[in-house]
Amino acid sequence: MSEATTDGPMLAADGTPLKKSLARALRREKIRAFMLIAPLLIFILITFIAPIADMLFRSVENNIVSDTIPRAVQMLKTWDPDEDDLPDEDTYLAFYTDMVFAEERKQHTRLGTRLNYEKTGMSSLFRKSGRGVGRFDTDEYTDAFTDLNAAWEDPQTWLEVASEAGPRTASAITTWQAVLREEEDDPLEEDPTDWDVLYANLFADLSASDGYDNALLEEARVATAEIEPVSLRAAFDDIDEDWSDPEVWKTIQTYAATYTPGYFLNSVDLALTPDGIEARDEDQRIYITLFQRTLYLSLMITFSCILLGYPVAWILANLPARSANLLLILVLLPFWTSLLVRTSAWKVLLQQQGVINDILVWSRLIDEAGRLVMINNQTGTIIAMTHILLPFMILPLYSVMKTIPPSYLRAAKSLGATNWTAFWRVYFPQSVPGMGAGSILVFILAIGYYITPELVGGTQGVFISNRIAFHISSSLNWGLAAALGTILLAAVLILYWAYDKMVGIDNVKLGG
Amino acid sequence: MGLPPYATTGQRIWYYAFRVICGLIFFFLIAPILIIIPLSFNAEDFFTFTPAMLSLSPEGYSMKHYEDFFTNNDWQQALWNSVTIAPMATLLSVGFGTLAAIGLSQPHVPFRRAIMAILISPMIVPLIISAAGMFFFYSRIGLQGTYWGVVLAHAALGIPFVIITVTATLVGFDRSLTRAAANLGADPVTTFFRVQMPLILPGVISGGLFAFITSFDEVVVVLFVGSAGQKTLPWQMFTGLREQISPTILAVATILVAISIVLLATIEVLRRRSERLRGMSPT
Repeated sequence: MSEATTDGPMLAADGTPLKKSLARALRREKIRAFMLIAPLLIFILITFIAPIADMLFRSVENNIVSDTIPRAVQMLKTWDPDEDDLPDEDTYLAFYTDMVFAEERKQHTRLGTRLNYEKTGMSSLFRKSGRGVGRFDTDEYTDAFTDLNAAWEDPQTWLEVASEAGPRTASAITTWQAVLREEEDDPLEEDPTDWDVLYANLFADLSASDGYDNALLEEARVATAEIEPVSLRAAFDDIDEDWSDPEVWKTIQTYAATYTPGYFLNSVDLALTPDGIEARDEDQRIYITLFQRTLYLSLMITFSCILLGYPVAWILANLPARSANLLLILVLLPFWTSLLVRTSAWKVLLQQQGVINDILVWSRLIDEAGRLVMINNQTGTIIAMTHILLPFMILPLYSVMKTIPPSYLRAAKSLGATNWTAFWRVYFPQSVPGMGAGSILVFILAIGYYITPELVGGTQGVFISNRIAFHISSSLNWGLAAALGTILLAAVLILYWAYDKMVGIDNVKLGG
Repeated sequence: MGLPPYATTGQRIWYYAFRVICGLIFFFLIAPILIIIPLSFNAEDFFTFTPAMLSLSPEGYSMKHYEDFFTNNDWQQALWNSVTIAPMATLLSVGFGTLAAIGLSQPHVPFRRAIMAILISPMIVPLIISAAGMFFFYSRIGLQGTYWGVVLAHAALGIPFVIITVTATLVGFDRSLTRAAANLGADPVTTFFRVQMPLILPGVISGGLFAFITSFDEVVVVLFVGSAGQKTLPWQMFTGLREQISPTILAVATILVAISIVLLATIEVLRRRSERLRGMSPT
């Protein structure tokens, strides 16, 4: 052997150092593996992870208030309810401006619905006010300015000159143009005198100013002294005296932020009020009860599954393979049958005029009047869901029990243990991992169930999932649905993490 | 575990009692599914056995609920939607899933655990939460209420099953076979289709069947992501059970049970075949 080969690094066939060459091959292999995974990863990220992230985002998002009434939100920031009873006239002007444009965009009702979750009556208040703002006496400004100079009837004036009047007018004109653009109207063909709100803002800007270079504006400014101001506070009070209730303004102020913990607080029967976090009214406290019921029913179901699954798994594990496989079909068939088929079966069986009651009446165990109520209550949910989730308990239990050598039991007995001691001290401890895996699996599946409780649970046997569905499709309180969903998701992920620690994701078995 | 000849009376009683208890539990598992089969042939619009059925007289039975299923427009539309959505979703899950499973089974994959957790997550997250999230997100991007929205959602739900079954098949895959193929001059694509694919095919098919049944039976997600135009069979059953209870549901249920039996048998056959191909003894 020459000196060179021992001194220098080992070389691959092409002359590069072996270490480098290996690293390169390894990197290429990694990239290739990753390229195979990448399409699916992107697919799942878009179709599944993004939706979940969206839900998490929606549980705190609260853009609607600041998007719909941005000016009022800005003004309310400086309003201190302890000092002044009501917001000042400027805030009312800002709110009036927002409401006119929101009404044009038909967004004021959505905002009303949103605020109604926090304070009842807001929805009708906003609907009513949307109709009312068009009939305010602000047309007096319009008449005064157009009488003064016909140029104020020309949209051209508004687009070119009026923005110089001041910030309020400028922002009102910007929104005005945006609204017209959304409706695909040309501002130049629009009659500004239909928009009293522009003149009201112009008036406010002009009266606050000291003077302008522009002759038209200066002329108008001088004339404002002659115009009688219209009190918007009084005008809103005319629509509904709730607008003179500081509580209404405080609610808007509290929920003006872009992000809010409000939905999460609602999910645990608390509410974010102007005075801090408070418990909700007695009659609105349902979620804590619902979470407790979901936990209680899921535990009951898990327990019933252990009770029914254990003997079955035991007999499957101890019978000869041939008959065990045959009996296993009885477990796998329900596992494979559509969830709705099984739920409809239970609906058929458990009804008051259903098969079980008919058999009981026929066998004279109960009389016609005493038919049992087994559906549309918690009993119905527990029975049907135990049946549906039982295979998820039996299969992991069975696979663990199959690995326990039967000789252990015989050894225990030959050493003098009774049947019970042998089972309890020797067999049972070894089957606990299977039971734990099965229990967590059943419990995870149970707390997120929706279809079965919805169909057989009535009002007393429904889960938190049913409430989430209700908020998405009926009450349209999506934020609350998202917050409830986030809490449920967190619970499931914690349990899942425990499952992973105990069994490992890779060990999930599908139907034997 | 037979009963030893020296067993005491107590042990005998317990032995038989235990078997009776197990029998009852098996009965509990299977009876609800079996009971709907005769009920679906009910001649009346009842959900229970009529006296005519109990006396086994032919008048008590009829095919009218099946006729209703095959002639009623709502049910036929629902069936059509189900058979157009499920195969497309399955195709997507199997295509993406198989590739990724092969990628994941390579010896050096960075972040393997994290990737696996993301890919399996649609199976772990409760359906109602997936449904809520998809409803929010798909309405933002205009997929809510469309055929493709439902297909993509169902494909996502089916992917974990494909990943799990195909990965399980690849565990026993002899990697020297691909090296041998490469050694004999096959390029990676040829190796994949001529060597690897035939061996993992049973796993791929049973993963596909899982994905298919997931989509075919799925109701929560389609309820939120779909609109009236994507009403599938389970959705129609769900509305049927909640609003206008009609025994046609039992006829549909019976048909679905028959389909499950066929699928169950297919998967079992495939599993055995796959184990035989990989040289494992069938269990």
